[in-house]
Amino acid sequence: MTDWRFHLAQQRGTLTALAIFIAMFVFYVANHPAGFTANVVQTVANKGVLLALVAMAQTLVVLTAGIDLSVGMIFILCNCVASYVVSGSALTTTVGIAGVIALGALCGAINAMIVIFGRLQPIVTTIATGAVYFGIALWIRPFPGSSPDFNSDIADALTGKIFDVVPTSFVVLLGVVLLLWLPFQGSVIGRAVYAVGSSEQAAYMSGMPVRRAKFAAYVLGGMLAAAGGLFLTFFTYSGEASLANGNTYTLYSIAAVVLGGVSLFGGRGSAIGAIFGALAFRAIGDLLFVFDVEPLWQPLFQGLVLLLAVSIGSARLFQVRNRLELFT
Amino acid sequence: MESLVPLFRMEGISKRYGGVRALQQADLDVRAGRVHAILGENGAGKSTLIKIMSGVVAPDEGRMLLDGREVSFPDPAAANAAGIVCIFQELSLIPDLSVADNIVASNPPGRFGLIDRKAQRRLAEAALARAGGEDIHPMALVRDLPLSRRQMIEIARALTRTPRVLILDEATSALAAADVTRVFDVLKRLKAEGIALLYISHRMHEIAELADDCTVFRNGRRIATYEAGTKSDNEVVEMMIGREYSHVFPPKPAAPVAGAFVLEARNLGWTARLNDISFGVRAGEVVGLGGLDGQGQRELLLALFGVLRGISGQVLIDGKPVSIGSPRAAKADAIGMALIPEDRKTEGLMLQMSVRDNLSFATLSELAHGGIIDRDAERDAVDEMIELLGIKTDGVSVPAGSLSGGNQQKLVIAKWLMRKPRIILLNDPTRGIDVGTKQEFYQLLRKLADAGAAIVLYSTDYDELIGCCDTVLVLYDGTVKRTLRGADITERALISLALNIDPVAGDAPRNAMVAE
Repeated sequence: MTDWRFHLAQQRGTLTALAIFIAMFVFYVANHPAGFTANVVQTVANKGVLLALVAMAQTLVVLTAGIDLSVGMIFILCNCVASYVVSGSALTTTVGIAGVIALGALCGAINAMIVIFGRLQPIVTTIATGAVYFGIALWIRPFPGSSPDFNSDIADALTGKIFDVVPTSFVVLLGVVLLLWLPFQGSVIGRAVYAVGSSEQAAYMSGMPVRRAKFAAYVLGGMLAAAGGLFLTFFTYSGEASLANGNTYTLYSIAAVVLGGVSLFGGRGSAIGAIFGALAFRAIGDLLFVFDVEPLWQPLFQGLVLLLAVSIGSARLFQVRNRLELFT
Repeated sequence: MESLVPLFRMEGISKRYGGVRALQQADLDVRAGRVHAILGENGAGKSTLIKIMSGVVAPDEGRMLLDGREVSFPDPAAANAAGIVCIFQELSLIPDLSVADNIVASNPPGRFGLIDRKAQRRLAEAALARAGGEDIHPMALVRDLPLSRRQMIEIARALTRTPRVLILDEATSALAAADVTRVFDVLKRLKAEGIALLYISHRMHEIAELADDCTVFRNGRRIATYEAGTKSDNEVVEMMIGREYSHVFPPKPAAPVAGAFVLEARNLGWTARLNDISFGVRAGEVVGLGGLDGQGQRELLLALFGVLRGISGQVLIDGKPVSIGSPRAAKADAIGMALIPEDRKTEGLMLQMSVRDNLSFATLSELAHGGIIDRDAERDAVDEMIELLGIKTDGVSVPAGSLSGGNQQKLVIAKWLMRKPRIILLNDPTRGIDVGTKQEFYQLLRKLADAGAAIVLYSTDYDELIGCCDTVLVLYDGTVKRTLRGADITERALISLALNIDPVAGDAPRNAMVAE
């Protein structure tokens, strides 16, 4: 059986991201004054999970050969809305959380409709809708804050530790992967998402559900960004319409996706890779913190690491025999 | 097995693309358990016919009957569902998915929208075995496989769709002889199972081996349908000849052009697509590339223009070996080469940019001083070209995309003429432009040759090769099948050689043909 070779080849991007993350994490923990303790892991998980969720959202759209520049704004909008609706009793809180997820789905659906039926490029569409989503966020939450009866119990529960060891946020992320991503990847629609990104024409000719696939990718992406927004609320106990945060998460999500071995041309990669990409990208920043490097150096260092990772991915271009293929 | 009622019937099908009539009142009967071959030269309407059958394009008029009931297919999936499955010439596989994913693409096994990978694997293995492609691993990514393997996958995939009518459009063109034998065994078995096969190929011996019925198309019309074996190869060629002679060509020079070669290729090769190609072009000479579409003509032009990597053999300019590494090197003054590409929309023009910008792109280095574009010089040069070629445009600032197809093509030509090239390569330059513009183009071509340019013209239009060229190389399978000169360039010779048949003696004096 040589099946494992193909499995390996297919997961190469994800495994590379995992390797980069493990190397950085080990390096980080080894140099951390406190060492490998549950608290250190919890901090890493809590910081990483936000970007990981947003990066997963970005992955779905990137797999269709699109790009979602509104993902950070959906994240912020959902954060602001959550700061109002995640409040009161267990029932109202549950309804609130469901509402926030539905809002994310709606934002994704709007993006999808414009891209599919308006035939606008995803990049332009999502710049515009992103601005709209942020505008709404700013309108409903002009100043940082939260509802007076904000349910901080659920916030604490979801950002704490299970049995004082495993970070809950990490368990939630695992749940998303097992219950959402893996079934999606194994579904007809999921496969169509990959097919559309790889060659939309061939996917159409093969009779695959091209439009439904794109729609699903954007909607699911919106929901994951909303989940990220919820977690941000759980960490901060408040909502803040921060333009800087929204932009940062959008751009970092693209970086995490690339670092996670997802091709920006679409059709290749996995959201699991993007999670490791996100964690690795976060770890770069943490490393500098541990080494007490001036914060001013952080963007430079992050940039260099990213550049290195991306260069490895494009090495195949040296094998191209027809130069016109370089441009496709 | 054979029945009198056709399984699938097309009646009075017509289709226009813009001003071009691709199909006119075409009829076709396809019967169960028989192989029906479709013959015709480039642009005869075969591809359009198939696209209509398989739901890719809708006919303008006419009707289609399946089992005697009228049907219409809004998309390929609908045609597949009705049992009409096409294996397209342009492959429709998804490169980033695995072989198994592709084989089950249109109808994956599973429940509740989830794909059962084990079942998928079994289906894929069974389909590959049926198609004779057991050597292909179902988990391999399609993008990593060579063209011949991909074609086997296409065939395997078509079989999983339980076809009633299976259309093979040049489905064996990339296959090696051993694969063709295996595919033929499969096709014969399918025929015995009662499937109707529609077979399109330019390989006459394949048709002779496989076909029961043949239909010849010409100029979008059905010319004849006959039982296989009742007509000789030359009778078939005869039926394929005879398009309307609608072009007027300028006179060719009375005596063959003499002198040394400006551009010469010696034993040129590139991967498996080009093999041992040698020819030369003199100043003032128009050399044509003939043969059916996709026999390496495009690759040959790209190879000369420095686009392809890893070329074997030699290219000589003015008798001196050169190594041309990029289009930029090819257009440099020492070589002075220009390529008018086939796809003007992607390789020739920047459609959103203005007419002026498009015209001056290739000449910017001449028009600029110290990196700054000399606007006056640019305007003069652009105006001169627009006048010379008679480009109809609403000023030079409008986007190139707003011009008609013919004027866009003139723009591409003008852009390169501004550099005053010595060697001009043209890749099917008149495809999709109107007759009037074509005639102006032929005049221009001859004028350029008379002014001393060495010209290589690839055309899918045989009249054009006959009317414009001093010499024609007929390519087949990446090699030069034969070189025709002067009066030997006849439609009969071109079509016969393109189909890899030797033209009949007597029609054209054989001793005058130069074997390559």
